[in-house]
Amino acid sequence: MEETRVVLDKAGEFLPTSARAYEAVGGYTGLRKALADPDQIVEIIKASGLRGRGGAGFPTGLKMSFTKAAAADHKYVVCNADEGEPGTNKDRVIMEEVPHRLIEGMIIAALAVGADQGYIYLRAEYPHVKKVLEKALEDARQHGFLGTDILGSGFAFDIQLFIGAGAYVCGEETALLDSLEGKRGEPRVKPPYPGVAGLWGKPTLVNNVETLANLPAIMEHGPKWYRRLGTERFPGTKLFTLSGNITNPGVYEFPVGVTIRQLFEEVGGGCPNGKRLYAIQTGGASGNIIPASLLDTPLDPESCDGVGATFGAGDLMFMDETCCLLDVLENLTEFFVKESCGKCCPCREGNPQLLHLVRKFRHGTAQEGDLDLLVELGKAMTVGCLCGLGQMAPNPILSVVRFFPQVFAVNNAYAREVS
Amino acid sequence: MTNSIAEVVDADVVLVLGSNTTEAHPVIGAQIRQAVKRGAKLVVAEPREIPLVEDAHIFLKIKPGTNIALLNGLMHVIISEGLYDRDYVENRTEGFEDLWEVVQDYPPEKVAEICGVDVEDLKEAARLYAQADKAPIFYAMGVTQHSTGTAGVMSISNLALLCGKVGKYGCGVNPLRGQNNVQGACDMGCLPGDYTGYQKVANPEARAKFERAWGVKLPEKPGLTVTEAVKAIEDGRVRCLFVMGENPLLSDPNLNHTEEAFRKLDLLIVQDIFLTETAELAHVVLPAACFAEKEGTFTNTERRVQRIRRAVSPPGEARTDWEILDELMRRLGYENNLGSPEETLREIASLTPSYGGFSFQRLDREQPQWPCPTPDHPGTPILHVGRFSRGERALFKPAHYVPPAEQPDEEYPLLLTTGRILYHYHTRTMTGRNAELNRIAGRSFVEINPADAERLGLQQGARVKVKSRRGEVVVDAVVTDRVDEGVIFIPFHFADGAANRLTNDALDPIAKIPEYKVCAARVERC
Amino acid sequence: MLKLTIDGRPVEVSEGTTILEACQFLGIEIPTLCHLEQLKAEGSCRMCVVEVEGVKNLQVSCATPCWDGMVVQTKSERVVSFRRLILELLLANHDTDCFNCPATGRCKLYQYAMEYGVEGSRFVRFKEHHPKDESSEFFNYDPSKCILCRRCVRVCNDLQVNHTLSLKNRGPDTWVGLPFDKLFKDSNCVSCGNCVSVCPTGALTAKAAKSFRIWEVTKTRTTCPYCGVGCQMDLLVKNGEVVGVEPAHGRANPGILCVKGKWAYHFINHPDRLKTPLIRKDGQLQPVSWDEALDYVVEGIKKIKEESGPDAIAGFSSARVTNEENYLFMKMMRAVVGTNNVDHCARL
Ligand SMILES: Cc1cc2nc3c(=O)[nH]c(=O)nc-3n(C[C@H](O)[C@H](O)[C@H](O)COP(=O)(O)O)c2cc1C
Ligand code: SF4
Repeated sequence: MEETRVVLDKAGEFLPTSARAYEAVGGYTGLRKALADPDQIVEIIKASGLRGRGGAGFPTGLKMSFTKAAAADHKYVVCNADEGEPGTNKDRVIMEEVPHRLIEGMIIAALAVGADQGYIYLRAEYPHVKKVLEKALEDARQHGFLGTDILGSGFAFDIQLFIGAGAYVCGEETALLDSLEGKRGEPRVKPPYPGVAGLWGKPTLVNNVETLANLPAIMEHGPKWYRRLGTERFPGTKLFTLSGNITNPGVYEFPVGVTIRQLFEEVGGGCPNGKRLYAIQTGGASGNIIPASLLDTPLDPESCDGVGATFGAGDLMFMDETCCLLDVLENLTEFFVKESCGKCCPCREGNPQLLHLVRKFRHGTAQEGDLDLLVELGKAMTVGCLCGLGQMAPNPILSVVRFFPQVFAVNNAYAREVS
Repeated sequence: MTNSIAEVVDADVVLVLGSNTTEAHPVIGAQIRQAVKRGAKLVVAEPREIPLVEDAHIFLKIKPGTNIALLNGLMHVIISEGLYDRDYVENRTEGFEDLWEVVQDYPPEKVAEICGVDVEDLKEAARLYAQADKAPIFYAMGVTQHSTGTAGVMSISNLALLCGKVGKYGCGVNPLRGQNNVQGACDMGCLPGDYTGYQKVANPEARAKFERAWGVKLPEKPGLTVTEAVKAIEDGRVRCLFVMGENPLLSDPNLNHTEEAFRKLDLLIVQDIFLTETAELAHVVLPAACFAEKEGTFTNTERRVQRIRRAVSPPGEARTDWEILDELMRRLGYENNLGSPEETLREIASLTPSYGGFSFQRLDREQPQWPCPTPDHPGTPILHVGRFSRGERALFKPAHYVPPAEQPDEEYPLLLTTGRILYHYHTRTMTGRNAELNRIAGRSFVEINPADAERLGLQQGARVKVKSRRGEVVVDAVVTDRVDEGVIFIPFHFADGAANRLTNDALDPIAKIPEYKVCAARVERC
Repeated sequence: MLKLTIDGRPVEVSEGTTILEACQFLGIEIPTLCHLEQLKAEGSCRMCVVEVEGVKNLQVSCATPCWDGMVVQTKSERVVSFRRLILELLLANHDTDCFNCPATGRCKLYQYAMEYGVEGSRFVRFKEHHPKDESSEFFNYDPSKCILCRRCVRVCNDLQVNHTLSLKNRGPDTWVGLPFDKLFKDSNCVSCGNCVSVCPTGALTAKAAKSFRIWEVTKTRTTCPYCGVGCQMDLLVKNGEVVGVEPAHGRANPGILCVKGKWAYHFINHPDRLKTPLIRKDGQLQPVSWDEALDYVVEGIKKIKEESGPDAIAGFSSARVTNEENYLFMKMMRAVVGTNNVDHCARL
C-alpha cells in the first residue's frame, strides 16, 4: 500500500537542512501566503479541522484562537519535540527529513497568534536531530526566514533550540514549560492553560512537531484540499510508528482512518517468522492493549475509543503469541514508576502499588482481592491524577483486564487453585 | 512609610538603603525577595554585605556615612541624563533649581570616589530607579542614625520626588521602624514638641484644644529629647527621670557617659517587665505586664493600627502600664481618669484627626492605616496622592555631603558601624531569654576585614579589644569580607560587649538622633 | 455573577471564584492537604477533588474555577472513595505510631483518616525513609511523617524565599530535603519556622510541641512585639502560659513570621519577670507593696516639682508599649506633672 505524504512530502528528495533546497521543492510557499494575510491564518486552520498530533487531538485552530485573543507584551510558540512516548518515533523522522517544514509551520503559527519568540523543546536522546535542527535554523536565519524582518514583511520571530533532560513527563506541555523556565519539570494544575498563561506566565501556543508541520500544506493548498484526506472529525494524514513483532517496523504516513490491519499486513508485513499476532498496544506505552481480533479498527480517535483502543500519537506495538502480557505490564509499569514526577499523590504513591500488584500476579503470589484492588486503584488514577501520565499509566493494565482476563487467572497460583 | 508593605511584591525596582532588611525586618525582607523572584530588580546600598545582597542586581558597598553623597550622585546622573519626571517636577514640586545647584557638585566620578563604589554601578542604579514604573525606596537606621540623618532622609525624598515616585502605588519613601510601636509612640505625642498626631505644642490652638479636653493648663515650653535630657541630668537640671519600657543604659550612645549621668538622679523610676540594666540603677521599679497580658493597639511602620489582646495574666503582682499610669495620675491628683484602654483610644480619636476613625470594635474587623479621620473613612494606604501635607507642591530640600562627625585617624584608624542581627532584638531583654537564640548567637562580636585582621595578626574567633574615644569592649573577632577594609561592625544587642560603649553621641541637629552608625575605633589583641 | 449548584444548593459567585471558595462560602467542608490560601493552588494532594457534572475526570476544587450552570457533587460515592484511596496510599508509607507523635491532635492525615473511616491501608510499604534531622534549635524534621504535600517547600521558596527546603529525587523517591543533604543547623536556614507552621502532619514539629495537645490550648490573635512590621499572630495558651505562636494572615504578613515572632516568646513566662514593685533600701532593691511603691513615686515627684519645678522631671516613654499607654504617659507628663520633657527611645 502506497503512503500518502503531506508532512513527509518530498522527504528524502532534497538536502534536509538547506532552506533553498526546501524552497526548490515548493517549501515556504505556505509561509508566503500566510504573510500576505496573517489575520486569516487562524480561520483557515479552524476550517481545515486540523487536530493536535501530540496525543490529545485538541483542535489546533481553536487553541490558536485563545493565544491570539490573549493580550500580552510577549507571546511564545513552543514546539513539543520531546517525543518521550516509548514506541513513538514520528517526530524524529519529520525533524530529520523535513526540518524546514517544522520551521515554516512554527513561523506560520507565530504569525497567527502574534508571537515573537519560538522554542523547540527537543528530547536529549536525539543528538543527531539536534545537529540537523541547528543547521536548518541557521540556514533559515541566513535566508531571512527567521529574524527581525522575515522575508521583508517586518515580522520578527526567531526560534531557539532547548534540549530536555530526559524526563518523559516533560513532554506534558506544562511540565515542558516549567522545564524550559529552568525549574523542576512538573505539570502545572490547569487552568490556566498555556494558551493564556504559559511560558513565564505569557500566552504560549504549545504544539507537537507533526501538528506544526501540517500548517504549511494547509496554508499552501487551503482547508478544502486538506480535508479530502482523513476522517470528517480528524482530517489529514497521520504518521504511524509500527514497532514490536513486525516484519517492517518504521514510520509511515497514511490518511487518518486507515485500519490497523492495513498497516499490520500491507505495510508492516505481519509478524516475523510466521508467528501469530496476539496483542497490539495502541497509542504508545500508556495506551490500551487490544487483542488481534480488533485488527479491523480504523485508526481515528473516535473509532479507537469505540472499541477500547487508543489513538494517541499513532503508535502501534505488535506482540506475537510468544509474548507474556504480565511481563509487558511489569515492564510498562516500571516505566511509569520511574517517570512519575512525584508531584501528585495518586501517581507518585499509586504506580508503585500497581507495580507491586502486577508483580504478585506475575510471581503467582496474588491473593483474593488483589485484582479488585488493582482495578480500583487503576480506575481511580485515570480520573484523579493531575496529569496525563498518571491518568494513562493504568491503561495497559485495565485494558488487559478487560480484553485478556485469563492473564490474571492463569499466572496466578491462587486463581489456578480456584479455577 | 508613605506606602504599604504589600505593594513591594509588585515592584519593578526596589532600592534598599541603610537597611539590613532580612535581619531587622525579616518579613518585609521576605516580601522584597518575593518581588525579586517575580522579576523585580534590587539595588542595595550598604557598608556591609548583608544577606539581601545575594538577591541584589546592583550592590553599592558604600563607605559608612556617605549616604548623602550617594543620593546626590544618583540624582546627578538622573538629571544630567534627562531621566527625571519632568511633568511631576513641574507640577508637583518646588525648588528644582536649588536642588540642581547642590547636586551638580556631585558628578558620578566624584561620588564613586567618596562612597568607594564603581561608577558604572552607580549610573546603572540611577537609571534602573529612574526608569522603573513601580520603585519603592526602603531605608532604616543606616540612614537616620547619623549626625546628618535628617539631611539623609530629605535627600531620599528629593530622589523620589525627582522621579515622580511619591504618592504613587508601588513607590514611595519607606522608613522601616526598628521597634514594634515607634510609629505609635511618635503618633501619640511622646515627643517633646508634639501632642498626638504631630499637633505642635508651640501652636496655641493645639494647646488650647488639649487644655480644654484635659481640663488643665499645659506647659508652653518645649521639652527635652532623650539625648538632651541625659545632658540635663548630668548638669543637674533634671533630677527625676521616669523610664517606661526602655533600656537606655544599653541603647544610648556613649553608654559610659549615660551611666554616670543616671547615677546622679535623685529619683529614677523604671517601669519594665525585667530588671534591665537601667532598672538596676533605679530607686523604684514598677513591674509591668507584657504585650501578651494586655489590651491595646500598636501602629506599625506602614501606619497600620492593629490590636493586641490579653492572652495570659501578668506574673505575680505585675500590672499593665495602663493600670499603673492610671493609678499614678489619680494619686498625683488628676481626677478625670478613663476607665479602660478602649476608652483611651476613644479619647485619642476625639483629639487626633489622623486617628479619628479608630476604635477597638473597628480594629477587630479591619486594620486601616492613618490618616483615617472618621469611622467610615477607609484609611490611607498611600500618602501624598495628588496632594502633599504642605500643599499642592513638595519642596526639594537639598543637602551637601558632610563627612561623619568623627573620622578615622592614626590613633583610631577604623570606622565602626553598628546594627542588628536576625536572632536578637534591641537590648535582648526579650530575645535574650530564649536559650535557643543564645545558643545560635550568644555573644557580641566584631566583624573585621581579612586584610585588617592580618595586619593585626588576628585569628578567626580571637578575643579582641575594640576601643574608641569613649570606651572599650571585649568581643570575638569574626574575620569576614562582609565589611570592607577599614570598616568594622558590632551588633548593639549585647550588654557584654555593648557597641554603644563606643559610639558617638554627636547629634543630628534636627532629629537629635545620635550618630550610632559611624565612629572612629581601634582593634587590639587581648 | 455565576450561578451554580453544589450538593444541590444553589449559589452565586463572582467570576474567578474556585469551587473550593464557593464551598467555603456555603460552609461545605472540603478536605485539603496541600492547599495554602496565601499561595497559588498547586493541586497536588488531590484530596479536594469533587465531581462536576459532564466532566469525566474528578476536578480539584482548589484550582478549578466555577462556571455558570456548573453542577458539583462534593460527597458523591465516587468522590468519597477516591479520597479514601488517597488516604490509604499515604498511610501505606506513613509511620503510624501516632501515640508518639508531637502532631497528635492536629494532624490532618489522622483527622481525615478518622473522618473517612480509613482504619489502615490495603497497600504495601515501599519507602525507606530518610533519617530524622533534629539539629535545629527550634524544630525537628521526621521524614517518615512526611506526606509530600510540599507546603513547607513552597513556603520556604515562594514566601520566605530562602531556598532551604527543596524536593529531591523524582516520582516515588521524592522527598523533602536540604541542599547536599545538609542538616538544618549547617544550612542557610533562618529558623523562621514557617515550614513548621504549615506542616499538616508530624513531619516538621516545634521542639516544644509535645508539651501540649492542640485541644488544650486557646488561641488569641495579636500583634508581634518585635520589629515595626507588625505581623499578626496567634498566641497558643495552655494553663495560663504561652506555649507557641502561629502566624496569622495580616495585611503586612502573608501568613509568615520570622525567627523572633515565631519562637522568641519564652520571655513571657520567664522566671526573671518582675513580679513585685521594688524600692532601693540600703543600696538594695527590695520588694514592697504597690501602695508603698506608688506613694514613693508620687511623693518623690511632688517633692522635686516643688523644689525645682516640673521641668526637673523627665519621662522616656516606650516604643514597645501600646498607643493607649504612650498616650497616657505623655498625658501624665504634660497634664499632671506639667512638663513637656517627654520623649521615647525610638531613635535607635
Ligand atoms: C506524560 C505526557 C507526555 C507527553 N509527551 C508528549 C510528547 O512527547 N510530545 C508531544 O507532542 N506531546 C506530548 N504530550 C502531550 C502534550 O501535553 C500536549 O498535549 C501536546 O504537546 C499538544 O500539542 P498538539 O495539540 O499539537 O498535539 C504528553 C502528554 C503527557 C501527559
Ligand atoms: S500524574 Fe504523575 S506525572 Fe503527572 S503530575 Fe501527578 S505525579 Fe506528576
